[in-house]
Amino acid sequence: MSLVQHLPALQVAVPLLAAPLCAMMVRPRIAWLFATLAAWATFAVSLAIFHRVLDRGLILYEMGGWAPPLGIGHAVDPLNALLLVLVSGMAAIVMPAARPGVGVEVAPRAQRLFFTLALLALTGMLGIAITGDAFNLYVFLEVSSLASYALVATGADRRATTAAFNYLVQGTIGAMFILIGIGLIYMMTGTLNMADMAVRLREARDTAPVQAALAFIVVGAGIKFAVFPAHVWMPNAYTYAPSLVSAFFGATATKVGAYILIRFIFNVFGVDFAFGEMRIGWALIPLGLAGAFVGSLVAIWQDDLKRMLAYSSVAQVGYIAAAIGYANRDGLIAAIVHVFNHGLMKGALFLVMACVILRLGKADMRSFRGLGRRMPVTMGCFVVAGLSMIGVPFTVGFISKWYLVVGALDAGLWPVAALVVLSSLLAIVYIWRVVETAYFREADGPRTREAPAMLLAPTLLLTVLCVAFGVATEFTVGVAGSAADMLGVLP
Amino acid sequence: MSDNVIVRVVVKMLAPFILLFALYVQLHGDYGPGGGFQAGVIFATGFIVYAIVFGVRRTIQALPFAAVTAMASLGLALYATVGFVALGLGGAFLDYGALDSRDPVHGQHVGIVLIELGVGVTVAGVLTAVFYTFAERRRR
Repeated sequence: MSLVQHLPALQVAVPLLAAPLCAMMVRPRIAWLFATLAAWATFAVSLAIFHRVLDRGLILYEMGGWAPPLGIGHAVDPLNALLLVLVSGMAAIVMPAARPGVGVEVAPRAQRLFFTLALLALTGMLGIAITGDAFNLYVFLEVSSLASYALVATGADRRATTAAFNYLVQGTIGAMFILIGIGLIYMMTGTLNMADMAVRLREARDTAPVQAALAFIVVGAGIKFAVFPAHVWMPNAYTYAPSLVSAFFGATATKVGAYILIRFIFNVFGVDFAFGEMRIGWALIPLGLAGAFVGSLVAIWQDDLKRMLAYSSVAQVGYIAAAIGYANRDGLIAAIVHVFNHGLMKGALFLVMACVILRLGKADMRSFRGLGRRMPVTMGCFVVAGLSMIGVPFTVGFISKWYLVVGALDAGLWPVAALVVLSSLLAIVYIWRVVETAYFREADGPRTREAPAMLLAPTLLLTVLCVAFGVATEFTVGVAGSAADMLGVLP
Repeated sequence: MSDNVIVRVVVKMLAPFILLFALYVQLHGDYGPGGGFQAGVIFATGFIVYAIVFGVRRTIQALPFAAVTAMASLGLALYATVGFVALGLGGAFLDYGALDSRDPVHGQHVGIVLIELGVGVTVAGVLTAVFYTFAERRRR
């Protein structure tokens, strides 16, 4: 067997082996260098997998040579191939930036193990995305979650600890709900392999345990995914975590929750059961839209810009949830594309916060006064990524919004389409507040200059990608389209 | 509790046997009840019971914090390395059968012993580290 066939195993195994090795490196600089190389290697693996999936469709891998459904298998199709690229790509972009950021934003006691935790969180998220086994998915969910709680707690602000504790309690509840749901399906089908589950559930789906399983998994994934009103853990966690952690999680952690939801609803339970009989669209669309409005409205009044971005994430996650709820092809494309696109723009915006915090110590409205002149590149990135957040044409945000509206119209839900557009207007308000402060207010803080190149370059790269994927849309939309076709929704 | 003679004597005598029992559970796990996780917990218990009676400071002298965290990483590294070795020998990731090309059953045996050893070392390290962290909390 050649190495190419082992790529699905390497995707998880490389960061998994790198994490303990990183823990044994006493000097932070070497640990950082090693973690960065590991993240790049992981990204290369995910690109290779992505290329292979586009070539030949589904890739299956048998762990340890034991064939599924008895053994644990990895299964990659366009949906999770795209997620693998997003997660490992964000890690590859954010990890180099961690070197200047960690010294300022991470508490000294936590700096040594910071990179180990980051690699473990990466391992867990990639594992969730790649595995074809439901219980394996839960195990990786716990790997990534436990590392995430600890990463949030590494924030230098003392409130990071309570934020991490809240995240831990709510995240554990979410994970438990998912586990109960998986347990109920196992009870009715006797299998843990997701493809096998889907086949066997066709006969067992009119039973109470399966209906309860759907409810448990939707609620559990909803908590992980921070759908309103289960978003309460997110604002504090992203505000007090180091900005680089916020950038990485803002781009990936909630997206993995969205993936779990899509995978279970469309693959395991099937569209007919989930939307036809159980009507979860009636839960996802109203809650998603409510989240979009509440998140954007609360974001407008925030003084701390990291908190503003966190509430904006609540809104964006709401769009994804609503798009899943349409249960049609364009809706699913909107959800998948927005998972990717929102990752790019939120990553860029949080990295801007990392730049500002590195130079000015904090990222509130006051420190942004006159920043347009003092940190022109950083603020330029904020403006472009912010425009994308609003959904201006030629940015990734526009593509997502377009499919969100088209999907709603396809489903015959024109009030929903109107509400999506209306809530996007709220994004103008919170982005414009910052732009106005940065460009039209006189600076009264200390003099400052641009962030170091190591932090600025990743920020700039993500911003460029926000525009690049907004112009060259066939990549994301094409992949999302073939993923939607594979998930078996009607056009 | 160090002022109680009976507790001191019993724990002093018992601690080495707890560690020995942990090794038995570890290495006999493929034939009888047991395995890496259980063995790791028992191994950590040996140190924890010693620390409760004789104090954390003396325990840390015997088993420093750095050694404990190194154990936690080494176990996981051993686990992943076995996976990579199987991959290098032409099997799937974690395919122990590939570890012995002439006798795959023997390969499976070697693989599971090494994997469980990795689990045991990590569990023992992590549990002791958790105990140290809480026991040392007030001093920092």
